[in-house]
Formats: sequence, C-alpha cells, structure tokens
Amino acid sequence: MTDLSPLMLSRIQFGFVISFHILFPAFTIGLSSWLAFLGGAYLKTQRVIYRELYLFWLKIFAVSFGLGVVSGIVMSFQFGSNWSELSIRAGNILGPLLSYEVLTAFFLEASFLGVMLFGWRRVSPKVHFLATCMVALGTLISTFWIISANSWMHTPAGYEIKEGIFHPQSWWDVIFNPSFPYRLTHMVLAAFITTCFVIGGVSAAYLLRSRHREAALLQLKLATAFAAIAVPLQILAGDLHGLNALEHQPIKVAAMEGHWETHQGAPLILWAIPNAKEERNEQEIAIPNLGSLILTHKWDGEVRGLKAFPREERPPVAPVFYAFRVMLAIGIAMLAVTGWSLWQWRRGKLDTSRALLRAWTILTPTGFIAVLAGWYTAEIGRQPYVIYGLLRTAEASSAVSAASVLTSLIVFASVYLFVFSAGIWYLLKLLRKGPQPVDASMLNPAFKSPSHPIAYPDESLEGKQ
Amino acid sequence: MNEANTVLPVIWFGIVGFAVMMYVLLDGFVLGIGVLAPFAEDEKQLDTMMNTAAPIWDGNETWLVLGGAGLLAAFPKAYAIMLSTLYLPVLVMLAALVLRGVSFEFRFKAHRSKALWGVCFAVGSIMAAFAQGVMLGAIAEGLPLKEVFPVGGVEQWFSPFSMLTGVAVVFGYALLGSAWLILKTEGAMQNIAYALTRPLVAIVVAFMLLVSTSLPFLSSQIMSRWFKDGNFIWLSPIPILALVNAVVLWRAVMRRAEVMPFIAAMSFFLLGFVGLLAGLWPNILPPTLTIWSAAAPPSSQVFVLVGLVVLLPVILGYVWWSYRVFRGKVTAEAAYH
Repeated sequence: MTDLSPLMLSRIQFGFVISFHILFPAFTIGLSSWLAFLGGAYLKTQRVIYRELYLFWLKIFAVSFGLGVVSGIVMSFQFGSNWSELSIRAGNILGPLLSYEVLTAFFLEASFLGVMLFGWRRVSPKVHFLATCMVALGTLISTFWIISANSWMHTPAGYEIKEGIFHPQSWWDVIFNPSFPYRLTHMVLAAFITTCFVIGGVSAAYLLRSRHREAALLQLKLATAFAAIAVPLQILAGDLHGLNALEHQPIKVAAMEGHWETHQGAPLILWAIPNAKEERNEQEIAIPNLGSLILTHKWDGEVRGLKAFPREERPPVAPVFYAFRVMLAIGIAMLAVTGWSLWQWRRGKLDTSRALLRAWTILTPTGFIAVLAGWYTAEIGRQPYVIYGLLRTAEASSAVSAASVLTSLIVFASVYLFVFSAGIWYLLKLLRKGPQPVDASMLNPAFKSPSHPIAYPDESLEGKQ
Repeated sequence: MNEANTVLPVIWFGIVGFAVMMYVLLDGFVLGIGVLAPFAEDEKQLDTMMNTAAPIWDGNETWLVLGGAGLLAAFPKAYAIMLSTLYLPVLVMLAALVLRGVSFEFRFKAHRSKALWGVCFAVGSIMAAFAQGVMLGAIAEGLPLKEVFPVGGVEQWFSPFSMLTGVAVVFGYALLGSAWLILKTEGAMQNIAYALTRPLVAIVVAFMLLVSTSLPFLSSQIMSRWFKDGNFIWLSPIPILALVNAVVLWRAVMRRAEVMPFIAAMSFFLLGFVGLLAGLWPNILPPTLTIWSAAAPPSSQVFVLVGLVVLLPVILGYVWWSYRVFRGKVTAEAAYH
C-alpha cells in the first residue's frame, strides 16, 4: 500500500481534489443563505447598510462559487476515470442520485446565479431577491442529494446485489438510508457555522482596526446570535451522528475514540499516540468511564475496541483519531467564544473587548479546518471499504496505469495550487477592502431596460487602491 | 418488464444525447469565444467578448454535468469504460475547464494580472475543445472494450483520426463563438467577428468533409450503416441539409445578418451531431457496446426519468428566462459585477 500503485495514487488524487472542493461548498451553502437574508432585510427595511453588505458578500460569493463549480465538475467525472469499478457496480444507485442533484440543484443555482450577479439593473428588486433565494435553495438541495449518495456508501440500504452489481429495490430506503439524516444535519450546520465564523471573524478584524464600525458590529451581533443557536445544536447533532455511527460502523467509532480493548465502562481518551503495530496507545490521557457514558449513555456500558475486529477490517487509526480531536477542539473553542460573546454583548462591550475580537479573528478559518477534519474522520474511518462492508476501496478503482494516474495527479496538483492560491488571494483582497458605499443607481436601479449595459462598474483589486 | 428493458435504453440514449448536444451547442459558443480570444485587439475588447457569456457560462457547462450524471445513471458501464479509457483526454478537458472557468471570475478582479487570466481563458478553452474533439474521435473509432490492462494507455485513444477531430472541434467551436459575437456585439468587435466567421465557415466545412470521408475507413465501421441496405437514401437528408445549411450560413454572413449566422451555425452543428448519433446507434460505445448491454436496470432508469419529465420543462423554462434577462447587445462600457 505504501508503494505508488495506481490505487494509492487514485486515493491521493481523490482526497486532494475533494478536499479542495469541499471548502467552497462549505462556504457558499452558508453564504448564499446569508445573502438571501441581507437581500430580504434590505427589501423590508430599505436600510442602505444591508445593500452595501449584500454587494460586498456577493463578490466574495461569486469567486467562491466559481471555484466550487469548477472543482465540482472534476468530481463528477472522477468516479468514471479513476473509480470505474465503483461506477459499474454502484452506478445504478449513485448515478440516479447524482442526476437528481443536477436536475434539482445545479441548473437552478447556475441559471439564477447569472441573474443574481449581473441582473441587478435588468430585473425588479423583488425578482432579484427571488434569484438570490433560488441560488440559496439550490445549494441546500444539492447538499441533500450528494450527502444522500455519500451516506448510502456508509450505510447502504434499499438494494440487492446481483452478480456483484448493486440494484435499487426501494429508492426511499436508498435516499433516506440510516446515516443520512444525521450526516445531512451535521453538514448543513457545519456549512452555516463555517460561514458564520467567517462573517463574525472578518467583522471582528474590522472592529479591531476601527473600520466599517457600523456594519461590522451589526454583523458580529448577527454572527453571535446565530452561533448561539447553531453551535450547541451542532454539538448535539454531532453526538447523535456519533451514536448512529456506533450502531452501523462500530470500528470507526473505536478508531475515533482510540479504544483498542473492549471495555465495560470505557474511558474517554483525551489525548494519546495510537500505535497500530502494537495495538495500544502511548502517552494516553483519559477520563475513566466517561467514554461509555457518552457513547452508551450508561456508566459501565460496553464499548467494543479495535481488537474485537480483524486487522483487515480496521481503518488507519491515527488519522481518524487525530482528525476527530481537531474537529472536536474547534467545536469547543467555537462554543466558548460564542458564550463569551453573549456575555460581553449583555455588558455592551461586544465591539470593544479586544481580547474577544482577537479570539473571533483567530477562529475565522477554523470552520474550514473542522469541516475537513470531520470529513477525514468519516471517510478514513470507513476504510478499507468504499461501500461499507460490501465493496473494498481496493476493488473499486480503474485498471489505469500508475503512470497515467501520476500524470493526472501532478496536473491536478499544479493547476489547483495555481488556481486556488489565486482565488484565495483575491478573496483576501476583497475581505481586506471591505464593504464599499453604494451609489444611488444601485439602490433604485432603473430596471426594465434590457438594452442597458450589464451591471456594475468594473472593479479591479490590484494596484490602484 | 421485457418491453421496458427494450424501450427505456432507447429513451435514455435520446436523453443523454440531448444533454450532450445542449452542452456542445451552448458551451460550444462559450469555448469558441475563448478560442477566438487571441483575436481581441486589446483587453477592453476581450472584456466585451467575455461579458457576452459571463452571466450564462455556468449554466451552459451544467449540461455537461447532466450528460455525465445521466450516463452514469442510465449506462453505468459506458460511463466507466469511456472515462477510464479516455483517461488523459478527460484529465486535459477537466483541467482546462477549471482554468477557463476561473478566468471568468479572476480576470475581472485582476488588474496587474489581467492579461494572465486572458491567456488562461484562451488556453483553457482551446485545450478543452481539443480534448473533447479527441474524445469524440476516439469514441467514433471504437474503444477497446475487452478487458485490457492497463486501460487508458495512449494507444487506446491517440490516432490521426482523433487528432483530426480534435482540431475540427476547436475550429467548430470557434465558428459558434464568432456567430455568437456577431449576435451579441456591435461596432469594431462585431466587425472582427464577421471577418472571422467567413473563413471559419469554409474551414469547418472542409473539416466536416474530411471527417465524413474518413469515417467509412475506421475499423469501428461507425458509418457502415450509412452505406448499407440503401440506408443512405433515407439518411441522405442529413448531409444534404448540412450542405444547404453551410450555404445559408455563408450567405447570412456575407449580407451581414446579425441573428441568422448564429441560428445557422447552431443548426449546422445540430445536423452534424444527429449524423453522429445515427452512426453510433444502437451502440453507445462502438464497436460493440450496445445501449441495451450497457443499460442500468429499469428501476434506475425509470426513477430518473420521472424526475426528468417533470423537471426538464421547468429547467428549460428558467434557462430561457435567464437568457431573456440578458438579451440585447453587450457594449464596450458594460462590465462585470
């Protein structure tokens, strides 16, 4: 496995392209709903600040969405190019789910995105708001289908296998497979929270520099209020998701927890260095019985350890164990900062507590890290299977040569590094510049003038600032 | 049950064909703009060219994703064999589409590096078009469908014919692009588009003749149907109409019509595409993988078909609406958000 086999290279490539991809949907799912909120707030209140913020985040959305789209197209063809066995065996199930994603979400997003970005002067404000809502709805529908497909691969249901090929038996059972509701809730909340902490963090950075004070304070309050609801909900959703995984993928949970032995009254391992060779942990710091209490809700409930399962059924333990802890640590930090913000808000010091504002700026990118860490936990944790318990990853790949996959890996790596570093650079530039005052023509656009040139004045970000 | 097994793959052949055709027509003209980007006299002119497509390129590209997902849903075997065998052309196409797509976003955010993203736009478009043409040629020639290891080797898709179709598609898309620019621009930009369209019509007709005359010599015999059992008689309207179409297109450009060149370029492509589908039939991958042997079970095909019947009219409705929102000329002062 350590050699550069086509399988290993395909796995590296898949991990690489999907890691880059997920960052952008994770952001745009939340951001499109945020834009719908800002658009609606402006329509209702006519306060200019909402329009300024809308146009500011719209630019950031445009870049992020573009990056999500182009990296997503790569994903939709990888299943065939690198994982042709998976496509042949499970195409009957995964293909229809992805087709529904295209039909119900992608066209909706893409068509209304054009109007949202460029149609400001060409449609009425209400229709423009509708376009924003359609894009937001599209991102959520898209999440529904892709998470359904992913969840089915974790907890397959509603199928029968004929000559090694999966055939659908009940589409309801396929779509609403056992882990789907938990994963969907967890991912949608993760996307919203990631966006929430970007908005709050960026606003905190403005407040620290005394820039855009009014807008920044408004956003920080909204972010705090949203986080106060969403972060505790997410911790609850994560706990329920974990219990669901314990039921369907106990080996994954054993790896997440770092349990080698089966315990009645398992400890909660806070920190350790898992040693897969000797099947034990080094430098373990643990709280007795708490593990069982969390996982079984009983003081001395039984939790099966990794040794209860054959070695060839186990995932790589260390990455799962660490990734899970990274996600958890970020969740706890977010909860703490949210609580702290609520307290300072009550004291009327939300915008003046420099320590709090600094904490928000530090947390700005951590939602993305938590999303990645969570996905690594889930996806590495289901190894060695791609369809859990039924199809091994090693059996799923295409019979392409190592040279071909190495070529594609190098090409993707160079193109992505080039494109995504440029994208992130432009995003940072936009964030640093901040919301700009809008001129009157943007507030009451003279729509119904189809011959009018398209949308906003050209704006470049480099040099002439 | 048996009837469903016979009829459903036929319907799905039509659906996947429709999605790919929509992609070829719609992203074809956007990629064509990229192919023609080097002919822009300055950055302002390239702005205009790109602005004609900025609100709609993303939706146009979505047809490709529908073609891919539809192929996976309805003909998983064809999807798997095609994409793994054409591994490197697919890779080039995807990487090129990434470059092309981000150029739309970045170019209008850039100042110093504006020219760089113009180059990426052109290079990405040309490479994507070429890769698509190579894939088309390799499929027409017939993919090695027996178990060979490893799949996706160069010899499985590289041939003089696939290189020919690669170049042909680049010029074909350029023709769609120039006809689109005639429709959407005015003044100096439109003059450039007119000047480019004339030679492009001639070049594309030449390529179509070259490709058509080499088809009977391919081992896949994709076009053998055309000349068997008097088939040519009832299939002959396709090439005849294509030639008539080329003449109409040429004359529309000569009399500086604005709308007709685009319509004629689209229908020209449509006829070529129908001719190709007629040649493929009943194979989804020549020489031997038929639509029935590659088909997913009826339970999969019906499930998506139900959604398609309901959703496709709605999709076509709002796609049409979004084109209407952006109807009219794009002028030099117009710009991005």
